[in-house]
Amino acid sequence: MFEDSNIVVGLEIGTSKICVVVGEQNAEGAVNIIGLGQSLSSGVRKGEICDTEKVEQEVRAAIFEAEQMADVEIRSVYLGVTGGHIRGFNNRGVHPVVSADREISDDDVQDVIKNAKAINLPAENTVVHAVRQHFFVDGQDGVTNPVGMLGARLEVDMHVIHGHANRLQNAIRLVRATQLEVNEIVFTGIASALALLSSEQKELGALVIDIGGGTTEFVVYSEGVIRHAGVLAVGGDHVSNDLAFGLKVPLSRAQKLKHEYGSALITEAAKGQTISITNELGLTLKTVNLEHLQRIMSLRLEELFEIIAHELEKAGLTDYLRAGVFLCGGGSRVPAIAKLAERVFQMNVTHGHAGSMSGITAALDQPEFAAAIGLVKYGSLKNRRRERRGGLGGTLGSIKNMFGSFLQRS
Amino acid sequence: MENPGQKDLLAAAGKPVVKFFGVGNAGVTLLDAVNTPEFAGANFIAINTDASSLASSSAIVKFHLESKLLCGLGSGGDADRGRALAEEQFSTLKSACNGANVVFILSGLGGGAGSGISPVLARAAREAGALVLAFVTLPFDCEGNRRENQAQQSLEQLKSAADGVICLPSQKIFKLIDENSTLLETFRVTGGLLLEGVRGVWQLLTRPGLIQIHFSDLCALVRDRHAENVFAFVEATGPGRAREVVEKILAHPLLDEGRALAESDAILVSLTAGKDLTMAEISRVMEQMKRQCGRAQIIMGAAVDAALKDRLCVTLIAAKQSSLTVSEPVRTNSWGGISTPPANHREPVMPRGRGQRKHSKPVQTQLPLSIVSKGRFDKSEPTIHGGEDLDVPTFLRRGVAMN
Repeated sequence: MFEDSNIVVGLEIGTSKICVVVGEQNAEGAVNIIGLGQSLSSGVRKGEICDTEKVEQEVRAAIFEAEQMADVEIRSVYLGVTGGHIRGFNNRGVHPVVSADREISDDDVQDVIKNAKAINLPAENTVVHAVRQHFFVDGQDGVTNPVGMLGARLEVDMHVIHGHANRLQNAIRLVRATQLEVNEIVFTGIASALALLSSEQKELGALVIDIGGGTTEFVVYSEGVIRHAGVLAVGGDHVSNDLAFGLKVPLSRAQKLKHEYGSALITEAAKGQTISITNELGLTLKTVNLEHLQRIMSLRLEELFEIIAHELEKAGLTDYLRAGVFLCGGGSRVPAIAKLAERVFQMNVTHGHAGSMSGITAALDQPEFAAAIGLVKYGSLKNRRRERRGGLGGTLGSIKNMFGSFLQRS
Repeated sequence: MENPGQKDLLAAAGKPVVKFFGVGNAGVTLLDAVNTPEFAGANFIAINTDASSLASSSAIVKFHLESKLLCGLGSGGDADRGRALAEEQFSTLKSACNGANVVFILSGLGGGAGSGISPVLARAAREAGALVLAFVTLPFDCEGNRRENQAQQSLEQLKSAADGVICLPSQKIFKLIDENSTLLETFRVTGGLLLEGVRGVWQLLTRPGLIQIHFSDLCALVRDRHAENVFAFVEATGPGRAREVVEKILAHPLLDEGRALAESDAILVSLTAGKDLTMAEISRVMEQMKRQCGRAQIIMGAAVDAALKDRLCVTLIAAKQSSLTVSEPVRTNSWGGISTPPANHREPVMPRGRGQRKHSKPVQTQLPLSIVSKGRFDKSEPTIHGGEDLDVPTFLRRGVAMN
C-alpha cells in the first residue's frame, strides 16, 4: 500500500461522464498517473447535479474502477465544480503599510489579500477561488512578492471566482455520501488550464476553452496569472439537441450522427450529400442532409466561440493571448473545430495536451480528461506547498482556515 | 401610404386630433382614468352595453349599444352578441370616429362588450381614416377558459383591424404585486400600466420635441406590424437617473428581462426630462438600448418639459414583425401572451363583407406550428445570454432556413 498522503485523486462529475484520475506523487513532487476510472453520467444537466441517487452510484462505480486500476484505496478527492452560476471577476484590495520603517511584512500581505477578498457578493453566493494576480507597491506595477520591500501603500489584484453556495454544496454532499473526503473544490476551468498550459504559455498569455457535455469553461492566463474565468452553460448536449430538432431525429440518433458525421465547418464534400438512417434490418428509415447537419453544428459552435470572444474583448484581454487558444474537453474532438475557432478568434488555435505528467499517457492523452488531470495537478501543487511549509500538522490547520469555512457548512 | 386618410394625417402631423374610446366595463373604467387634465384636447367616448357602467362614466360622449335581443341586461359576457350589436351600429361608430387622426381604443378583452365591440370599432375607425391604436388587457389565467378563448380571438381580430395593438396580459401583473395585494389594488396596477402606455404615446404626439418623433414615425412603427407590441414607461430622478432608467427598462415585467428587446425588430425610444437633460444622458440610454437590441431599427426622440423638473421619463415601444419565418413560433408566448392559437379555424382575414375598405390588405395569418421545444433542456434553468435563450437551437434564432 502507498502512503496515503502521496496519492492525489481528482474527481470530475461531468454532464456526459464522471471521471476519476489517481496520481502518485514522489518525493520530488513529480506526479505519475497510476489509475483511471470513469462511468457515464446520467444525472447531470448543464454541469449541475439533478439526480443525486444516480450520480452517487455512478461516482461509486468510477471510483471503484480507479481503485482497481491503481491498486490503492481512495480516501479523499479534489472535486471539480462547474455550472452556469459560476462567475469570475477581478477585484483590488488596498492596505496602508503602517509600520514605522515602512517595510512590508508578511502580515501586511495577508491583510491586503483579506481586503481584496472582502467583496460584495449576493448573499447566497460563496467564493470558490480567490487567485492572487499582482501586487502594487505605491503604484508600482507587477510586483510578485512585496515582502521586504519599502512602501506606504500596498495593493493587490485578485481574480475572484464565486458560485451559488447551495449548488456547490450539493456536489460536496454527494461525494461525502460515498464515504470520500473532499480535500478541496476546484473550478474545472482552472483545472483544465493547469493540465494543458506550461508555465511559459501562462506567461505569454493563453486562453483555454474546455467544451464539455453541458458547459463550456474558459480561463485566460497572462503574465503567469489567471486574468479571467467563466462558464457558459452550453456544450455538446446543445449541439446534439440542435441536431435532433433540426434534422427531426431522436436525441440518441442525433448524438450518433454528431459523432460520425459532425464537423465544425461545412466541408466541400458534404454539399448535396445525404445520409440514410437505417434500422437494424438495413431498411432506410430516413435520409438526412449532411450539409444541414454540419451547418447546424457550425452555427452553434461558432456562436459559442463568438460569445467567449466577445467576453474577452469586453475584459480587454484579446491582445494578451500571445500563446494562442487551447481547446480541450469532449467538444474539441469535433473535426475542424480548431479551424473554426481560428476564424473567430483570429489567432492560433491548438488542441491542448496534458503534457506535464507521466504515467499511463495513452489513456490520458484524450481531451476529455484534461480537467480531471488538472485536478490531480492542483492537488499535487497544494501538497508540495504543504511540504514546503513543513509537516502535515500545520497544513491541515491552514487548509481548514482557507477553505474550511466553506466546507464545514455542510 | 395608400390610405387616403393618411395624407391628411401627415399634413396635420403637428397636432393630430385624438379620440379615446373606452369599450366595455373595463374600458370605460380605464377611460375615466385617462380623462384627466393631462389629456386635455382629446375627445373621450365611452361605449358599453351596460347602462349602469356608462352612467357612472365621466366621458362626454356615451354610446349605449342596445337592442331588443339583450333585454337591457348587457351582452352577458358573450362576444358574439357584442359583435352583432356593433355591426348593427357600424355607421354610428364610424361617424363617431370621423375627423379623428388617431383613435385610441381602451378595452379589457375577455368579456362580451370589450371583446365583441373593439375589433368592429377598430375597423370603423380605420375606415373613417384614423390611425388606430388599441390598448387592451387580457384576462387572468384564473378567469377561465371561455374568457381566455374569447380574448384570444378578439385579439386576433383586433390585430388585423387596428394599426397597432399593445396588449397587457394581466397574468404578468403577478410579478408586480405581492401576496397581500387586494383585488382593487391589482386592477389599479393593471390600469396604471396601461395608462402609462397611453400617456407615453400621447406625450409623443403632443409634446414638442427637440429631437422630434414625427407622427409618421409612430405610424411606420406600428403599421404592418400587427404582431405584438410591448411598451414600457419608466422614470427616474437624481444624479444617476440615466443609468436608473436603463435598469428599470431592463427589469420591466412586460419586457421579459430585456428579452423582448432582443427579439424586436423596431423600437421607439422617447426621452423626456426637465431643462437639465444632457446629451450624455441621452447617449447613455441609447447606447444601452442599442446594445440590447442589435438588429432592431431604432427611432429615437427627446423632449424637454420644464414641468418634469429633475425627472427623466423614457417611453419605449418595441415591435416585432409577425411573419412566417422559421424562428417565429418559438416564443410567441414570451411576448404578448399569445401562447396558443385560438382553438377554432381562422380563415384569411382579407374579404370582409360589407363596407370593405379599398386599402384593406390581405393579412397572412399564423399557422399553428408546433412550439419549438428545448428538447432535453425543457425543464432545466434557461441559459440566457444577452437576452437570448441559448438553449434554443442557434439556427432557429438566426433564422437560417434548412431546406
